[in-house]
Amino acid sequence: MATEVAPPRPVAMADLKGRVDPDWCPGCGDFGVLAAVQKALVELQIPNHEVITISGIGCSSNFPGFIETYGMHTLHGRSLAVATGMQLANHEMTVLVTGGDGDGFGIGGNHFTHTMRRNVNLTYIVMDNQIYGLTTGQTSPTSRIGMKTKSMPFGNIEAPINPISLALAGGATFIARGFSADQKHLTELIKRGIRHQGFSFIDVFSPCVTYNHDNTFQWFRPRVKKLEDDAAYDPTNWLAAMEKSVLWGDEIPIGRFFERNDVSSLHAAEPVLKAGPLAHQDLRIPEDAAKSFVDELM
Amino acid sequence: MRQSFAVGIGGAAGQGVATPGDIFAKVFSRRGLHLNAYNAYQSIIRGGHTFLVIRTGADPITNIGDQLDLLIPLNQDTMDRHLRLLGPGGACIYNADSIRPGTATQGVQLCPLPVATLADITRNKVAQNTLAIGAALSMLGIGFQSLESVLEEQFKKKDRSVIDENISVARAGYDYATQNFKPFAQPLAMTENRYAVLSGNAALAMGGAAAGVKFYCAYPMSPSTGVLHWMAEHARKANILVRQVEDEIGVINMAIGAAQAGVRAMCATSGGGFALMSEGLGLSAQAEIPVVVIDCQRAGPSTGVPTKTEQGDLWQMLGAAFGDYPRAIAAPLDIGDCFTLIPEMFNLVDRFQCPGIVLCDLLLAEGRLSVDPKLLNFRPPIDRGELIVSNGAADHEPYKRYLITESGVSPRAIPGIPGYTHVVSSDEHDEDGVLISDEYTNAAKRRAMMEKRMRKVSGIEASVAPPKLQGPANADVTLVGWGSTQGVIEEACELLKDEGITANQLQIRWLVPLHGDAIVEILKKAKHTIIVENNFSGQFARYLRSETSFVPDGSIRKYDGEPFMPHHIVEAVKEQLAGKTKLSVPAHEVMV
Repeated sequence: MATEVAPPRPVAMADLKGRVDPDWCPGCGDFGVLAAVQKALVELQIPNHEVITISGIGCSSNFPGFIETYGMHTLHGRSLAVATGMQLANHEMTVLVTGGDGDGFGIGGNHFTHTMRRNVNLTYIVMDNQIYGLTTGQTSPTSRIGMKTKSMPFGNIEAPINPISLALAGGATFIARGFSADQKHLTELIKRGIRHQGFSFIDVFSPCVTYNHDNTFQWFRPRVKKLEDDAAYDPTNWLAAMEKSVLWGDEIPIGRFFERNDVSSLHAAEPVLKAGPLAHQDLRIPEDAAKSFVDELM
Repeated sequence: MRQSFAVGIGGAAGQGVATPGDIFAKVFSRRGLHLNAYNAYQSIIRGGHTFLVIRTGADPITNIGDQLDLLIPLNQDTMDRHLRLLGPGGACIYNADSIRPGTATQGVQLCPLPVATLADITRNKVAQNTLAIGAALSMLGIGFQSLESVLEEQFKKKDRSVIDENISVARAGYDYATQNFKPFAQPLAMTENRYAVLSGNAALAMGGAAAGVKFYCAYPMSPSTGVLHWMAEHARKANILVRQVEDEIGVINMAIGAAQAGVRAMCATSGGGFALMSEGLGLSAQAEIPVVVIDCQRAGPSTGVPTKTEQGDLWQMLGAAFGDYPRAIAAPLDIGDCFTLIPEMFNLVDRFQCPGIVLCDLLLAEGRLSVDPKLLNFRPPIDRGELIVSNGAADHEPYKRYLITESGVSPRAIPGIPGYTHVVSSDEHDEDGVLISDEYTNAAKRRAMMEKRMRKVSGIEASVAPPKLQGPANADVTLVGWGSTQGVIEEACELLKDEGITANQLQIRWLVPLHGDAIVEILKKAKHTIIVENNFSGQFARYLRSETSFVPDGSIRKYDGEPFMPHHIVEAVKEQLAGKTKLSVPAHEVMV
């Protein structure tokens, strides 16, 4: 008996509004990222049940609770590993991974590296505030040299990592940087990232208004320059992207640094998934396969 | 007493111990015989010392036994170490050109092979191995045709000339032995039965395939790597997605991600890798996402002895991850049980949405056993528990992922279904999945959620049968073991009977749930209780005591890296019944 299916209704912002309001500090950069993600999903018209938002632990990792999609709020640093399992087991879901710089580049650095080289089809949005917020203000892997925090009160003496250069070296196939104060630009980057088949990395300047007094909205605003405004910039040129990635100072590029579409994403290269998403496949293995497994032991 | 025949083959790694082992295993299984094989080796790719024992017979062979009937030393070292394992009636076949015989027990036949005369050793580096196999089969009264067909199969991927050369070398050894050596008193038995021969690792992997595992991931770690190898090799036929991951932290989290998508996900490791998985295990429990983790124990702590066996991880499993949460832990009793336990474990963890741990060890993982192929049932019952996989046509109540129920189990919706969006969380949460760990901290909700999860413990207990006493009632001694010691304790009981001591056995398969009351009910009726385990501190004895206050009369423990042999247990029981000690630590007399 055929069941009646309701005609699809356009996806609206209200569908994506979370059950609770974000508990971020007033003025936190993460509000802008949340709004940009919601707008991107509305503009792409992806229904909320086809999206899963997966995070680690930290202020920005509370994200899945503030958007109405499927969600997983996992362990500190492990979001990409969990998301890889989810994406491979059901590649029809749109997988978004959200988190912070400590979660992704510190404790989760190993998974970041390997998810890039695997080219897992997901969009990884890092709300990079150059500080540990939820643990009340310690140095993060992206904190600048000299920055004073509770864990380095006399100033950081370690060089920060450069997430964009790292992603370029790591083989990510879509690499962008956004600024949470530039909603429209960020929304476009997220849409492109979701549409991209493969690992999309979007590092977002999302200032911490409570603990980071160095990298504030006011500090970023005059410095960020959109790559899209430079007609000569070619985001398929890896070397050019690498040159741009190291710029830091009076001019900090944001936008789409790099994209290549000639690399298969992991699930597309996996023969077992030719029969459809793993989650929809029969649990039982074929009779003849079972028989052959025993026969080879006889 | 069971009739059996044991062959030992030893040499340096790289000298080709494995191939003769495979050939003997095939010859034995083609004759319808049972077999049990164990390879003692070192963490080295070339050199060192490798010693493979294959014991065969018409009755089930539950362990490698106490002595050898045939020794094939491929180097002097093996001759020196292992000749004493031969009993009267046994034989040692060796290369007379390069190995000096040692002093053997009275009644042992020394069989020197003039290798350089019988084969062209410049062309065939492993001629001594093939000659010895040929000689052995002649002495066992087996027709050459049996060996010829196994050699054809063994080398089928090689050139015809290689196969022919191996057959002709084997023939030379066979004929030389027929003319020069005394055959064994008993020709090797033969039956109409046919068995599958497999390792515990293959059994665990196949058990996963039978259970409907669709996602398997691992980081290589001895002695569990064989599970990954089987999975990788058979993935496409079995439609299982197999990934090698950057580390075990990634492994458990990737498995959890796949499990949340609705598939059955499994991973295997050893103690060190499991330590890295510990936090992930807590995520499985807290987010209520079922996964099965296999731990093939090796001798620890730390890197420990990577190629040696131990039952030393029990307390790591009991204490894995912080906080209280429901879990299931079971130890397979033999290689066949490695297969059957996996579907059982998946049904349990799917029903109770919690992590399940299979506590195997190197002895089973890398050992090989003949099992009745009917045991390898790829259509076991599958119970996925309360799983919502479609929204159907009807309206439903607003979905609560962590709905508080009497059983503690909340129906689990799989991502992708319209109308069931929710967040699963490692943070404490309310019924709706909203975090109550931070801003919304709420003592009453936390308590309710904790009690909901912990109510699953009694459901898990009710789903697993308590252990049963094996052997005669009112025995002189009751031996308690867990997991892989099933076979060796069983044979020790038979040997004790021959010496006039009646013994029975209580073997523990499910460690959590333990059924402590049922165990104590059995043990308090026993005349003398001894707990046998492959570790230093008596981990199971301490666990049983912590759960039940029960203290056994004695303990037999071994922690030298090698498994128990039957006589270790027999002698320890005798000394304990004679009141000489309460703790026996048998010495492994043969250095392997």
